[in-house]
Amino acid sequence: MSQVNRLSGGRVDRGTTLSFAFDGKLYQGHPGDTLASALLANGVRLMGRSFKYHRPRGPLSAGSEEPNALVELRSGARREPNTRATVAEVFEGLVATSQNRWPSLAVDALSVNDRLSSFLTAGFYYKTFMWPKAFWEKLYEPAIRRAAGLGRLSGEADPDVYDKGFLHCDLLVIGAGPAGLAAALTAGRAGARVIVADEDFLPGGRLNAETITLDDAPARDWVAATVSELASLPNVRLMTRTTVYGAFDHGIFGALERVSDHLAVPKPGTPRQILWRLYAKRSLLCAGATERPIAFENNDRPGIMLAGALRAYANRWAVAAARDVAVFTNNDDGHRTARDLAAAGVHVTAVIDSRTDAPEIAGLPLFRGAVVTGTSGRLGLKSITVRNADGRTQEIACGALGVSGGWNPNLQLTCHHRGRPRWDETIAAFVPDGAPPGLRVAGAAAGIFSTHGALTGGAEGARAALADLGIPATLPDLPRAEDAPFRIAPLWQVKGKGRAWLDQQNDVTVKDVTLAHQENFRSVEHLKRYTTLGMATDQGKTANVPAIAVMAELTGKPIEQVGTTIYRPPYTPVAIGALAGRSRGADFRPRRLTPSHHWAQEQGAVFVEVGNWMRAQWFPRPGESHWRQSVDREVLATRQAVGICDVTTLGKIDVQGTDAAAFLDRLYCNGMAKLAIGRVRYGLMLREDGMVKDDGTVARLTENHFVVTTTTANAIAVFRHMEFCRQCLWPALDVQLISTTDAWAQFSVAGPKSRELLQRVIDPACDISNEAFPYMACGAVTVCGGLRARLFRISFSGELAYEIAVPARYGDGLIRALMAAGQDLGVTPYGTETLGVLRIEKGHPAGNELNGQTTAANLGLGKMVSATKDAIGITLSRREGMNRPDDLRLVGLKPLSPADTIVNGAHLMTGGSPVDAAHDQGWVTSSCHSPHVGGSIGLGFLKRGDRRTGEIIHVVNPLAGTDIRAQVVSPCFIDPEGVRLRG
Amino acid sequence: MLIPHPLLGLRDAQEFTYLGDAALIDRPDGLAADAAGRFFDYGYLRDNPAGEHRELWFHEQGDRSWLVVTRNITTHEIVRVELARDVALARGRGR
Repeated sequence: MSQVNRLSGGRVDRGTTLSFAFDGKLYQGHPGDTLASALLANGVRLMGRSFKYHRPRGPLSAGSEEPNALVELRSGARREPNTRATVAEVFEGLVATSQNRWPSLAVDALSVNDRLSSFLTAGFYYKTFMWPKAFWEKLYEPAIRRAAGLGRLSGEADPDVYDKGFLHCDLLVIGAGPAGLAAALTAGRAGARVIVADEDFLPGGRLNAETITLDDAPARDWVAATVSELASLPNVRLMTRTTVYGAFDHGIFGALERVSDHLAVPKPGTPRQILWRLYAKRSLLCAGATERPIAFENNDRPGIMLAGALRAYANRWAVAAARDVAVFTNNDDGHRTARDLAAAGVHVTAVIDSRTDAPEIAGLPLFRGAVVTGTSGRLGLKSITVRNADGRTQEIACGALGVSGGWNPNLQLTCHHRGRPRWDETIAAFVPDGAPPGLRVAGAAAGIFSTHGALTGGAEGARAALADLGIPATLPDLPRAEDAPFRIAPLWQVKGKGRAWLDQQNDVTVKDVTLAHQENFRSVEHLKRYTTLGMATDQGKTANVPAIAVMAELTGKPIEQVGTTIYRPPYTPVAIGALAGRSRGADFRPRRLTPSHHWAQEQGAVFVEVGNWMRAQWFPRPGESHWRQSVDREVLATRQAVGICDVTTLGKIDVQGTDAAAFLDRLYCNGMAKLAIGRVRYGLMLREDGMVKDDGTVARLTENHFVVTTTTANAIAVFRHMEFCRQCLWPALDVQLISTTDAWAQFSVAGPKSRELLQRVIDPACDISNEAFPYMACGAVTVCGGLRARLFRISFSGELAYEIAVPARYGDGLIRALMAAGQDLGVTPYGTETLGVLRIEKGHPAGNELNGQTTAANLGLGKMVSATKDAIGITLSRREGMNRPDDLRLVGLKPLSPADTIVNGAHLMTGGSPVDAAHDQGWVTSSCHSPHVGGSIGLGFLKRGDRRTGEIIHVVNPLAGTDIRAQVVSPCFIDPEGVRLRG
Repeated sequence: MLIPHPLLGLRDAQEFTYLGDAALIDRPDGLAADAAGRFFDYGYLRDNPAGEHRELWFHEQGDRSWLVVTRNITTHEIVRVELARDVALARGRGR
C-alpha cells in the first residue's frame, strides 16, 4: 500500500501523483513533496548511513540543515551526490540512491565500524595510522576514504548550463517567512527596489509548517495575499529556491538560485542554477531559526527527528513519520508539536518534558521532569526508555520521537565579517551582536520567536532601513498573531554509558567532546578540528551549539566564554559548477583570434594557445606527417625566400604628446629621447628593482607620435605600468597613451624576397628601396590602392624583414593579398614554432629568457643600460649583487655529436664535477632543431658565459638520465655581422 | 568591494587591479647622490598598518585611472578615494 503515513490537509497537490524511485523501488508522492516527505509518507524512515560508523539514519530535519538524509539524486551525467532529501523536490521520474553503504542500505557491511567504535574515536586517524609512514598514502588513506564516504560524482561532464547574474536593490530581504514578508510589503509599498530571497520553493517560511492563525484566519491566507501583492509590485522581485549564502563587503551578497533543480531536465534555454551577485544598499536578515536536538544514548535512530520537523511534516506535507509518536522537549515549543500531531490524528504516546514545572497539555500524557535515556530499533525507532522525575524508568513504544532542545537563530550572515554572536539566557541561544554595515536582523533570526514579533520586527526593520536611504515608509496593517513568550530550561545532554550523538553527519558524540576535553583540545577552534565537529556539509547547524554547551559543562565555563567558531560563506553548499558558471571548457576564459585566424583555419593550421590568443603554430602541408617536417620547411622557406607570420598579438601602445619622447626615455633603460623621426629602436624595459621587465620596439612616426610594442605575454602589464608612470610619477608631462593591440593587424614579412613581395602590395608611390627605407626605418605607407598602413623594417629572424600593419578589419584581406602576390616567390606562412626557431637561431631573448629573474647583464645587454640618465630600474640595476663578474650570461650551445639533442631545462655542468646544485654552472632556456645549423642548438645561461666561448660543457638532464657534451658558442647562430637584415 | 571612483561613482572592485602602497608615488630622483639608498627604501620598505592604508588601484576594466584608495584593511571600509594624478601633483610631482 502506498503512502501509508499520509495524513489529510497539508500543502501538497493531491490532484497529481508523481512516481519516483529510491534505491530501485518505486514510490508515489505529490507536487509540493520533498524526497524526505514523500518517503516518510510511504513509511520509509531509513534514508542513509552515517559517515564514519555507517549507522542507519533517517531525516533529522525538514530543511536545509539536514545532516543525515543525503542521497545521490538523478542518474547518468546528472547524478549529484550529497543532496539533502529534505529539500530535494519530488518530480515525475526522480531517481534517488542511498550512499555510503554496501551492499544495501539495510545491510551495510561496513556497519562493523559501529562495533569497533571504541577504536574510532576523535583523532583516531592521527593516533592509529602513524606507522609505518609509507603506508599512509598507499594503504591507510585509500582504505579510509573508501570506508568513510559521501556520494559518488558522475564522472561525466555536467550537461547543464550554469549562469551568473547581477542585481541591484535598495533593500535585500533574506527569507520570506513572517518577518521577511512583512518587511517586503513595507518596503515594496514605499516604492523601494526590493529583492526578497528564500531558499524554499514555497514562500511563507515557518508559517507553512504551523497551524497558527493570523487575524483568526489560517496563516496561509495572509501569506497568499502578501505574495500576490508583492508579485503585483514592479519594484519587488520575489526569488524562491534562492539561498543567500554569503555577506561580502559593501552590501554585496552571493545568492544561489536553483532554477531547475526541481525538474528532471532544465527547460530549453534555461540554466540549471544561477549564481547571483546582489548589490544591496541595505539588507534585512529574516532567516528564521533552526531547532537543535538533545544528546542522549542512541539518539540517532531513523525516526528520531527534531520536534519542529515532525510538526512541519504533519502540517505542511500531511505526513506522520510514524503512527505512534513521542515528543522529548525542554521548552514550550515541543508542546506545540505534540498538540499539532494529536490534532492531525497521530497517536501521541508521551510528551517527555525535562522541566519539572512544564505546563499541562490537555488530553496528552505528560512526563514532567523526565528525560529519554535510550532507544531501541536497529533500522528504525521501536521504543524509547524514559526516566521519570522519581528515577524510575519505563519503555514506551513509538516509531518516531520529536526532540526539541530549543531554537538557534540563523545568524550566520551577521558573522561573515568575523563578527561574534552574543549568548542570550532567556532563549538559551546565541543571538546577533552587531552585523556587517547596512545589515539588520528581524524575527527569529534576531531571537524574537513569536509570530507577532516577527511581523512587527520585519516591518520596522524595513522602515528603518529605508529611512537610512531617505525613502519614507509607513508600517502596513499587520494581522493579529500569537505573541507567546518562549520558555526554555536548557538541557543539552542526558548522561549515560552509551554514545550520544551531537554531530550526526560527522559522527561526533559526547564521548568525543569529552575526549577532546581530556586531551586539552578545549578551545572551540581546537574542539572543532580535533573531532571534526561541524565540518560536514551541514556545517553543524544542528550540532555546534549543543557541543559547545557540552564543552562548557566540562570546563565549568559559561557558554558565552566557550564561544563559537567563525562563520564563513557559504551558508549551504554551492556546487563548483555554479561558481564556474559558463567559464568552463572552451569558454574557461575569453579567446582572442588574430585577424588572419579564419584564413589560417582554411590553410589547415595547427593552433596553440598563447595567453588568451589562438595563434597558428605551424601550417602542415599534404605529405607532412610530423610537425618537424612542417617547421623545417617553413624555416628554410623564410631564410631562402619569404615567410609571413601574424604578429598582431604583440602589444602595441600608441604614445602621443609633446613630452612623448621624454616619457619613453624614462621608461626604457636605453636612450629614446634622440630617436629620429621615421626610425625604430630596440627598447629594453626594466622593473624598478633592476630586473628586465619586457622588451620591444619603439617607432617614432612623427615628432610627437610613437608606437611601442611589447611581448604578447606582457601587453597588459606593460600598458598598466606605463599608465602608472604617466599618472603617478610624472603627472605634468604632456603624454597620452592608448592600447592599439586590437586596432592594427600586423604581419611579419621576412626573408630575402620580402622587399620584392611587399613592393607588389605597397602602392608604387611609396619608395621602400633599401636606400629610401633602410634597416630600422618606419613610416606610413598605403597598400592595395590607398589603404593606410604602417611599415616597420625590423627583424626578429635575422633576415631582411618587415612588419606591416593595417587596420584590423583589413588583416584578413592583407594576408590573402600577400599570399596571392607572392606565389611565384615561394611565399610561405609560418607559425609560432618557426618564429621560435628563427629567433633562437638569431639569439634573440624571448619569454624563456625574460622570465622576471634576469638582468640586462645576464642577457648580454648590460651596455644598453644608460649610465647618464634616470629611468625606471636603472638605479637598482647597478647593485653589486646584480653585477658580479661570475654571473650568468646568455650563450649559445651546440652539441659535439650531431646526433645529440639539447633540451630545455637541462643543466650545464663542468666535465668531471659532481652533478649537484653546488656545482651547477647554468641551464638551457631555449632549444630547437636548427635547419640552418643542421642540428640541435640551444640558448642558455652560463656562469661567466661571455668568457667561455669554445669551452666544452656537459648538458645534463638527470630526469631523463642524459648527459651530452656541447660547445659554448655565440648565441647568434646566423649572420652575426647582420648583413642579411641590412640587405 | 565597491570602490567609489571620483569620476564614475561606485564601481565593483572586480574592475580594478591592485598594486599596493601609495608610497610608490614618491619615487626618488635617480640622479641624486644618495639615490641607491633611497631606491632601496622605495622598492623594499613598506609600512603594514592594521588599519587605514593608502593604496593604489588601477581601473583596468574601466577608464584606466589610477586611484589612491584609503582603506581600513581590517574592515575593508573605504574612507577616501582620490585620483592618483591629483595626489601626485599635490605631493609635488610634475614633469
